[in-house]
Amino acid sequence: MRSQPATAGTGPAAKPRSKPRDSISSWPWTDRIAYGLCWAAGIALCAIAAWIVLYMAIKGVSYLKPSLLVQSPVGSPNQSGSGGFLDPIEGTFLVTAIGIVVAAPLGVAVAVWLSEYARPAGLARAVESGVETIAGTPSVVLAIFGLLVFSKSFLAFLSQTSAGGAVFGRSFLTAGLIMSLLAIPLIVGSTREALAQVPAHVREASYALGKTKATTIRRVLLPSVRPSIASGITLGMGRIIGDTAIIVILLGASLRLEGAGGAPILSILRGTGSTLTSYVKENSPAGEGNAPQKAYAAAFVLLVIVIALNAVVVRLSGGQSHADGTL
Amino acid sequence: MRGGSRDRRAELTLGAVAVGVLALIALMVVIVFTKAWPSFSHNGLDWFGSGGDADVQLKAMIQNTPLPGHSIYYFRAWPLLWGTLLTTGLAVLIGLVFSTFAAIFIVEFAPDALRRVLDPVVRLLAAVPSVVYGLVGILAIAPWVEHHLISQERKRSVEYVVQLTGANLGVAILILTVMITPIMVAITSRSLAAVPRTWTEGSAALGVNRWRTTWRVSLRTARPAIIAGAVLATARALGEAIMLSMVSGSRGFAANPLDGTTFLFEPVRPLAATIIDYIDGLSVVPLAQTLYAMAAVLLVSSAMLSLAGWAAKQPLKKYGIRA
Repeated sequence: MRSQPATAGTGPAAKPRSKPRDSISSWPWTDRIAYGLCWAAGIALCAIAAWIVLYMAIKGVSYLKPSLLVQSPVGSPNQSGSGGFLDPIEGTFLVTAIGIVVAAPLGVAVAVWLSEYARPAGLARAVESGVETIAGTPSVVLAIFGLLVFSKSFLAFLSQTSAGGAVFGRSFLTAGLIMSLLAIPLIVGSTREALAQVPAHVREASYALGKTKATTIRRVLLPSVRPSIASGITLGMGRIIGDTAIIVILLGASLRLEGAGGAPILSILRGTGSTLTSYVKENSPAGEGNAPQKAYAAAFVLLVIVIALNAVVVRLSGGQSHADGTL
Repeated sequence: MRGGSRDRRAELTLGAVAVGVLALIALMVVIVFTKAWPSFSHNGLDWFGSGGDADVQLKAMIQNTPLPGHSIYYFRAWPLLWGTLLTTGLAVLIGLVFSTFAAIFIVEFAPDALRRVLDPVVRLLAAVPSVVYGLVGILAIAPWVEHHLISQERKRSVEYVVQLTGANLGVAILILTVMITPIMVAITSRSLAAVPRTWTEGSAALGVNRWRTTWRVSLRTARPAIIAGAVLATARALGEAIMLSMVSGSRGFAANPLDGTTFLFEPVRPLAATIIDYIDGLSVVPLAQTLYAMAAVLLVSSAMLSLAGWAAKQPLKKYGIRA
C-alpha cells in the first residue's frame, strides 16, 4: 500500500493489520502508568545508547590522531610520549584471525554433525549441552584454564620457555586458541539454526540424484547456509575482539609485539603483545599507563570496529536480531 | 556402493570433532577442580563463610607469610561472594523490570519510526565491549558520582571501615544493568512478537484494553522466554570481570545494607574481578589454587544457570518459539 498517499484521518486504519484500537484516556490509571513506564523504558534505552555513542565519538575524535594508528606504543610516564597503538591493532587482528581460523571449521563441523547425524542420541545431547556450557562459562575461567593447560611442557611449542625450563603459556597462539572457544558456540548456533531451516525436499532431491549424505552436505547444504555461517563467524569475531579477560591473562602485558626468537612469523605467534582491549584497560586509571586520552582513542577505534561488524551481521542475517547470541 | 565408506568416514570425522569439543570441556572441569582442591580441602565449607578481610588473606599468600594462627591457605570468600551476589542479583532484578517494559514498548506501543531505531539500539548496546563500558564508567561516571553524590559526611560516617570513592557498588550495578538489559530485551521482545495473534485478538475482542491484553496474555505466554533471558543475563553478569574490576572499587569488602544509602557507595569486588586483579600472583601456588577455587565456583554457578535456562525453555517448545 506504499503507492497510496496517506490522507489525514485514515492513518491507523490504512494499515493492513491494525492493532486493537482503544483510547488511552479510557484506561484505568494503573494501566496508564504502566503505559508511561513502557515509553520511559524505550526512551531510556535510546538515550543510553545515544549518550555512549556520542560520548565515545566526541572523546575519540578529539583525541584520535592519525599518527596514533601507525606508531608503536612506547613506555612513558606521560601520555604525550607514549606513542600510538599500532601494535595493539595488529594484535587484535592477529588474535581474531587465529581464533576464527580455529573456531570456524570446528564450529561448522559440530553444527553439521549435530543437525545431520547426531547419533547416538545421548552423545548428541551431551555435545549440545557441552557447547552450551562453554557459551555460559565466564571468559576469565576459560582463560585461567588455558593458562594451566598451555603451561604444560608438551605444549611448550605454543609459547616461550624460560631459562629455567618453565613454560610461559602466554602467547598469541594460546590466547587465540582459547578465544576460539568464545566463537564456537556462536558459529554452532547460527549454522544449526540455518541447517534446520533447509527444507527436507532439498535434501531428498539430492539423495534422489544418487548423491551420498556427505556429498549432499558438502555440495548442497553448506553452500545454502553460507550466509548464516558467515554471520556466526562475524558474531564470533565481535566477541573475540571485545574480550579483555583472556587477553589480560593469556597474552601477557607487553604493549609491543614481542617475538620469541626463531622463525619470523612463528616468533610473533609464540610471542606476547597486546590488543586494543588490553591497551584500553592498561591506559585507563584502572591500569598502569594512566593515559586516559590514549584509552579513549583506542576505545573509539574498538567501538567503530564492533559497530562495523554488527552492521555486517545485520546485512548477512537479513535484519534479524542476534543481539543475544543464543543457540 | 563407492560412496558408502566415504559417507561413513564423514560421519565419523564430524562426530570425532564434536566429541573432541566435549572432551575439552570435561577436561576443563576436571583440571580446574583438581587445581582448586587444596584451597577447598584446607578451608572446608568455611571457604564460603565470612571471617576477616579477603584482600588481607590473598596478600598474605602472595607474601608467603601465613596469618597468625592460620595456615597459608586460610581464605574466607564471603565478601567476594556477597559482592558477586549483590552486583549480579541487583543488576538482573533492575534489568528484568526495565527490559520487560522496554520489550513491551518495542513490540506493542512504539511508533514504527521509533521501533526502527530501537532494534539497532538494542543490538548496539549488546555489542559494546565490556572494556568500553568500564572505561566510560571509570572516567565519566565514577568521578561524577564522587563529586556530586558522596558528601564529606558520608565519607566520614564509614571511614573507620572503608574509604568511599567514585568506583563503588552503585556504579557497578548501574553499568552492569546497561550491559545485560539488551540481552533480555532481545529475547523477551522476540518471544512477545511470536505470541499467536489470535490470542491477543481474542482478548481485545472481549473488550480488554491493550495494556491488560499484553500484561495478561502476551507476557504470560512469553514468561519462559523472560526467564531464559534473565538466566542468560545472569551468566553474563556473573562472568563479567574486566568492567567490574574497573568500576566496582576493587576492594574485597562486604558492603553492609544496614548503612542505608551509603551502602550503594561502598566498594565491592566480585569473584571474576578478583581473579583478574590477582592474576599477576598466579605463580604463587596457594594463591593460584585459591584463584582456581574461585573459578570452580564460577564454573559450577554458570553450569547451574545453563541447566536452569534449559529447564525454563522447555515450555516454549510447545508454541514452537525458539529462544
